[in-house]
Amino acid sequence: MIRLSNKREAAGMTRRGFLVAMTAVGVSFGFPRSVLAAMDPATADGKVLPDEGALYEPSLWYSIDQAGKVKVNIIRAEMGQHVGTSIARILADELEVPWENVEIVHVDSAKKWGLMVTGGSWSVSQSWPVYRQAGAAGRTALIEAAAKKWGVSANACEAHAGKVISGNREISYGELVAMGLTRQFTENELKALPLKPNDDLQLVGKAVTSLDIANKTNGKAIFGIDAKVDGMVYAAPLLPPTRYGAKVTQMDDSAAKSVKGYQQTLVLDDPSGTVPGWVMVIADSFTAAQKAAAKVKVSWQAGAAAKVSEADIINHGRELLKDSSKGAILDTGDTNTDAVFAKAGDTIEHEYLTATVLHAQMEPLNALVFRNQDGIWEIHSGCQWQSLTTPVLAKALGVSEDEITIRAYLLGGGFGRRLNGDYTVPAALASKALGGKPVKMLMMRPQDLAFDSPRSASVQQLKMAFDENKGVVAMEHHATAGWPTEVMIPVFMPKGINGQPYDPFSIAGADHWYSVGAQKVRAVSNDLANDSFRPGWLRSVSPGWTGWAVESFMDEAAHHAGKDPLEFRLQLLTAEGRNAGAGPIAAGGASRQAAVLKKAAAMIGWGSPQPEGTGLGIASTFGQERDMPTWVAVAAQVHVDKATGLVDVQKLYVAVDAGIIVDPNGAEAQCQGAALWGLSMALYEGTELVNGKFKDGNFDTYTPLRIGQTPEVKIEFMPSKMAPSGLGEPAVTPVAPAIANAIYNAVGVRLRKIPMTPDDVKNALKA
Amino acid sequence: MAKFILNGKPVVADVDADTPLLWVIRDELDMTGTKFGCGIGTCGACTVHVGGRATRSCITPVSAVEGANITTIEGLSANGDHPLQKAWQKHQVPQCGYCQSGQIMQAAALLKDIPEPSDAEIDAVMGGNLCRCMTYVRIREAIHEAADALKQGAKDDQAV
Repeated sequence: MIRLSNKREAAGMTRRGFLVAMTAVGVSFGFPRSVLAAMDPATADGKVLPDEGALYEPSLWYSIDQAGKVKVNIIRAEMGQHVGTSIARILADELEVPWENVEIVHVDSAKKWGLMVTGGSWSVSQSWPVYRQAGAAGRTALIEAAAKKWGVSANACEAHAGKVISGNREISYGELVAMGLTRQFTENELKALPLKPNDDLQLVGKAVTSLDIANKTNGKAIFGIDAKVDGMVYAAPLLPPTRYGAKVTQMDDSAAKSVKGYQQTLVLDDPSGTVPGWVMVIADSFTAAQKAAAKVKVSWQAGAAAKVSEADIINHGRELLKDSSKGAILDTGDTNTDAVFAKAGDTIEHEYLTATVLHAQMEPLNALVFRNQDGIWEIHSGCQWQSLTTPVLAKALGVSEDEITIRAYLLGGGFGRRLNGDYTVPAALASKALGGKPVKMLMMRPQDLAFDSPRSASVQQLKMAFDENKGVVAMEHHATAGWPTEVMIPVFMPKGINGQPYDPFSIAGADHWYSVGAQKVRAVSNDLANDSFRPGWLRSVSPGWTGWAVESFMDEAAHHAGKDPLEFRLQLLTAEGRNAGAGPIAAGGASRQAAVLKKAAAMIGWGSPQPEGTGLGIASTFGQERDMPTWVAVAAQVHVDKATGLVDVQKLYVAVDAGIIVDPNGAEAQCQGAALWGLSMALYEGTELVNGKFKDGNFDTYTPLRIGQTPEVKIEFMPSKMAPSGLGEPAVTPVAPAIANAIYNAVGVRLRKIPMTPDDVKNALKA
Repeated sequence: MAKFILNGKPVVADVDADTPLLWVIRDELDMTGTKFGCGIGTCGACTVHVGGRATRSCITPVSAVEGANITTIEGLSANGDHPLQKAWQKHQVPQCGYCQSGQIMQAAALLKDIPEPSDAEIDAVMGGNLCRCMTYVRIREAIHEAADALKQGAKDDQAV
């Protein structure tokens, strides 16, 4: 399975667990480079610039050459976060090198990097300590070398702007490297190195040029779809009627033989079980493959999912939740809610639903695969989780993981779709069938969506008990959905207090920071969803839907208690006990959530009178995980047209506390995009499973947010000296409930299903 | 055999007449800045200029552009310094970047027709270009900035 130094650490995919895995160092393997890959997003052809003269590598993470150029190795995928720019500056700041001397290198997959994954909004937060230590190591070694050369104490030297200085003497890093540095550091030495005080950081928190931007404006950026190698053939896939269990019963390519450039049709044999029933039509060119594919006739025997639709998934979820023995109970302190509910005279209970959501990243899935002259299988494709994808490829190809490398490309959108690298498997199998010949597979948009690993539909049931003064005394949250982690990497499932495993990415967010007395959070896997399609991790994972339920419910509870929704929340954010927060990232706990709530309320003018049909709504979350909280509050202003049911979101004002903001411009961009993702999923997205297939097949009917639907978006970050948490996803999570709460305040109807469609609004107004 | 002018240079490609222009540009002529998104003209990632008009190349058969002047993102400016490209860089518009060639080409056509567009005009003309990273807030800002730069450039030209 996954390459982790210790399986025990894998149980429970926590931020800390990942950190351990990321810093674990294995054995490197080398092979000659061939063809292109997007290693350096700042160069025109993606190629890494040559080193000059001697090279010093203080750690795995970077090198310094004789010209003083620093190449920073980035194991994270670039998919719009400018992640290399964020991470490299953490290192450059600690190392004391000017930004113009920094180059970034997106590395190919290899064991020595440890766990390679880009997701969870983890990249900056996890890289922060690692790259700071690495930078401090280089700085220390360079200072020591200069001190030795001058015969002075290291304490008499300091590093600044790529030079070591002592009194009126100075020497550049390049000159020191030319002397032949070899100093290496043990893990213990690394940990003991002094870091710069956060207040002295020069690049962190300042504007610098993002190294990937220019090529994304002139057509030179290289994505997986642009990968090319001499002699490659093109594959057009034909997909079976169901994700699992389908078999080809008949294939007839006689009509395709008239197509110029048509070669042959392969019925894939997949030992990994990733793409059962797939057929690949091979031709000299993309267009020939497409034309031929239209003429190849295939009959399939469908899998069991051909009889499963969206309502079946939802109804099965409701049945599962009815059985209180099902699922895992999370550790939320006092979980003995039964006693409280039994004697409470005043309770509320509501159910919230979310529809299946597609990734629909702009770059359709694709992969180029071949066996190179050294016998290594090269996978050319954008990938978010190389460490998950490599073992699957190894099984499919029948080779060891060491015989596979995934080359780095820019991702034309990730959003979690490329965590699950299943799309590389059919290209690999086709190449294998052709003796290792390069095969380039590109899916058409309908195939990309049909093969999506969507965010599963979900059912959530929430209960709250009040005392005689309408004070909150207990809360329960029962949630079920398809579980991506169970399906794709069950070793990452921690256990609940009842010993049952659970997918942390299908319940996180329900374990909120409000102090509600006894609290029970129960996560249940929807096995019908798991069997009918492949559930996926989608930007913001569970907090994108648990947050919707929690924050809609909090509003309903506030109205039930006759309290202002903002005040009601603030009264529960007491930051006591387990909600006080601890550690460099989470310290402050619920008090920080209260602070962003107050900030967002002030930004929008909470409580100000609104015109007829217009309302304000507020919601707040802690981002992705309790041990890496990013505190977010959103205040939304919406206008509802009662006649048409159309909801016009006019303002999204977002307050964020993510600790130290490493890349302010990129951070704002991530939050703008995330907030609009939240809006898009709240009103405009959502599909449904119909007889084992997703209803929508292209952007004519699957309709993510367009520019004309984009409201005014304001992002404000709370000043902070705390260690950074993550920013790629958190601002997604409070948007849908803020809009639902605003709709309630505008026209008095409560919507409990996303997407919230105009018909839903009209029907609720009629009721 | 298809013949047209690509970024100022005559080109020839041995393809069927019904081949979409997008794939002739990408696969035959090796210009990969223009992207494939939907194949039905709904996302705008494949936008190029045909005779100066923004055109969805994924649904345009190459036979329809015989002899025409085609401009792609690679040919929009000599050094990637069209006012829109400069504004895109200054505002750090691109996230993943995949749709941005199409966005910029659509915006360039917009500014030719409407040199000082309002937000509503931007929304109307750019509405066919999907950005899944949802960089729309910055697209609006950058178009306004480029419009200002073009206006200033025109004034400077008059002054000369």
